[in-house]
Amino acid sequence: MSGGTGADEVWTALRARTSARIGLGRAGWGLPTRHRLELQGALAEARDAVHAEFRPERVEGALRERGLPGAVRVRSAAADRLTYLQRPDLGRRLADGEAERLAEATRGGPWDVVLVVADGLSVRAVHAHAAPLLGAVAAGLAADGTRVAPVVLASQARVALGDEVAAAVRAPLVAVLIGERPGLSAADSLGVYLTLDPRPGRTVDAERNCVSNVRPPLGLSYEAAAHRLVDLMRRARRLGRTGVALKAADDPPGGGAAQIPDSNAGR
Amino acid sequence: MVRYRGTVGGRGFRFDGLARLLGAASPGRSGDALAGVAAGSEQERVAARRALAEVELGRFLAEPVVPYEADDVTRLILDGHDAAAFAPLAAQTVGGFREWLLGADGPGLAAVARGLTPEMVAAASKLMSNAELVAVARKARVVTAFRSTVGLPGRLATRLQPNHPTDDPAGVAAAILDGLLLGCGDAVIGINPAGDGPERARALLELVDGVIERYRIPTQSCVLCHVTTTLGLMERGAPVDLVFQSIAGTQAANAAFGVTLAMLDEAHDAVRRLGRGTVGGQAMYFETGQGSALSAGAHHGVDQQTLEARAYAVARRYDPLLVNTVVGFIGPEYLFDGRQILRAALEDHFCGKLLGVPMGVDVCYTNHADADEDDIGTMLTMLGAAGVSFVICTPGGDDVMLNYQSASYHDALYLREVLGLRPAPEFEAWLADVGLLDAAGRVRELGPSEGHPLLELGAAGR
Repeated sequence: MSGGTGADEVWTALRARTSARIGLGRAGWGLPTRHRLELQGALAEARDAVHAEFRPERVEGALRERGLPGAVRVRSAAADRLTYLQRPDLGRRLADGEAERLAEATRGGPWDVVLVVADGLSVRAVHAHAAPLLGAVAAGLAADGTRVAPVVLASQARVALGDEVAAAVRAPLVAVLIGERPGLSAADSLGVYLTLDPRPGRTVDAERNCVSNVRPPLGLSYEAAAHRLVDLMRRARRLGRTGVALKAADDPPGGGAAQIPDSNAGR
Repeated sequence: MVRYRGTVGGRGFRFDGLARLLGAASPGRSGDALAGVAAGSEQERVAARRALAEVELGRFLAEPVVPYEADDVTRLILDGHDAAAFAPLAAQTVGGFREWLLGADGPGLAAVARGLTPEMVAAASKLMSNAELVAVARKARVVTAFRSTVGLPGRLATRLQPNHPTDDPAGVAAAILDGLLLGCGDAVIGINPAGDGPERARALLELVDGVIERYRIPTQSCVLCHVTTTLGLMERGAPVDLVFQSIAGTQAANAAFGVTLAMLDEAHDAVRRLGRGTVGGQAMYFETGQGSALSAGAHHGVDQQTLEARAYAVARRYDPLLVNTVVGFIGPEYLFDGRQILRAALEDHFCGKLLGVPMGVDVCYTNHADADEDDIGTMLTMLGAAGVSFVICTPGGDDVMLNYQSASYHDALYLREVLGLRPAPEFEAWLADVGLLDAAGRVRELGPSEGHPLLELGAAGR
């Protein structure tokens, strides 16, 4: 390229290569007003996604439209959002009496798998993506005769709440669809954690498999995510386990980037 | 078990053991409450501080907060303790030590650094205000060097963090270009890869090494993958400047990171043999953060700030070039809001500097913590005043791979302008050489149609 090409022209081309906020220009040392307000808009989206109220009826309605009626609602032991954010241990446990109620509501088993929708850290992701993804997953599971328990909708929930749900429902395999921690470029990303034979209070992250960034059209599509999940479920049942062992046979190692343990997706 | 007692407002409180006392004396934060080690009331907290103020520093050598037999970090701290450096302080209480710190000068602080243990400096920090943490840390200078020199008075270095969600080389190069044009990158150009695979890491190392070579930039590269990955890359001749590893303050927490002291010993030996530095030979880079031990179920009933300080004892064994706490990354269950994150940032910087570690800070938060961009500005300003060695800088303050908010490249301009801080000397000279400084020595803005050789870094994206 010629040395005479200017900065503006270069940034226009480079913005196509990354979602990073590059080439914003300057006002003195600071950001131009337009970019500062754009950034604030993205921050507001992320914060609102964390603090929005989970409306299970919205997911129920969307599930009914897809031929999946009869979802069961449960609450974690974290009574409100503030408690949820500070007490991950409570978000991993069912509130008193919920396990018995859930067992009663899902009596018609035996079940091969239970699918749990958990609000996690992005209610927006759950409202937007949970029902369409469940529709695609249910279709895939129906094809090979898998017995799927009624869908469970969990409020103030972290991933490990699924372990208690699976125990109450008496299902050997649980998939938790959960809102991932919002970033500025993605406030509505849905993750799915798959666990075989979970042991409430004792299952560790290395025993789970994850499909993350379900967020069409920018992230993974419902069809692609459902395909991966159904395949993982099939192989998990054949292999008798989920986690690192299953992953190793699947895709190249990855996702180990953030070595500092974080609270992404409300683990 | 030694029982410590303190009284506030006529109420007496008892603390069974030093670990319990330290936890109760710590300024409030969500992680200590989660671990069940925090004071039950504000009065209990102050009672604990009164009791702590009376504890003699030598007590920390006699009563390890994590058992010596069970933990190699405790053994490292006690076996490596320099009794001669400690001698002048041996008769001090924690309260007296706090007063001594406020009155000491830089050489005085440096002289005792090897005689101090993490628990002693953590204890002192619990008796100090934010302003005091700033004022004391400012006097404790730790200077290190590789191709640039970090930690000199009047200087502020930056890690340029050009992360990309898929490690796309053109996307990474674009974020490097942006940072360099805003005067960032003198501490390190350091990438968190999206995947930990060695081939990917090698491609990123070669990319950054190529940029540094081509433009003769006096800085160092780092791809922040696991130490074992970097060891393998060094064996196969990849251009490794620095070895990176996340570390914590207990053996079990380090095990959760998949790392042992023996691994770090091996990597340290290997990277020193490479000797790629020009103005210095320090070649290790560590990241830490309060709460990591609790997160790994490895906290031994000790508060998160004391355990964080113990991680710096691990770091200093390897004479590192750079150490930073990733202070707000871990989430609100450990540090709930901007106020707790600020406090932790100042504590971590203070403890690191007193122990002789080249301390930087990733001034940051996640979007589920109660914090915002104003907290970033407040933290930066206080840390700049405290003489922080370096801060992490990202494009627009947003890391698009790790999904959290950190300081921006623009924030580095801010801090240097309002506090009169300059880049690392070698890097500053380079910025002048390539025409990026104005007459006053500030980073100037390229005109909209102005050409510059660095812009060719963007060619891959076109």
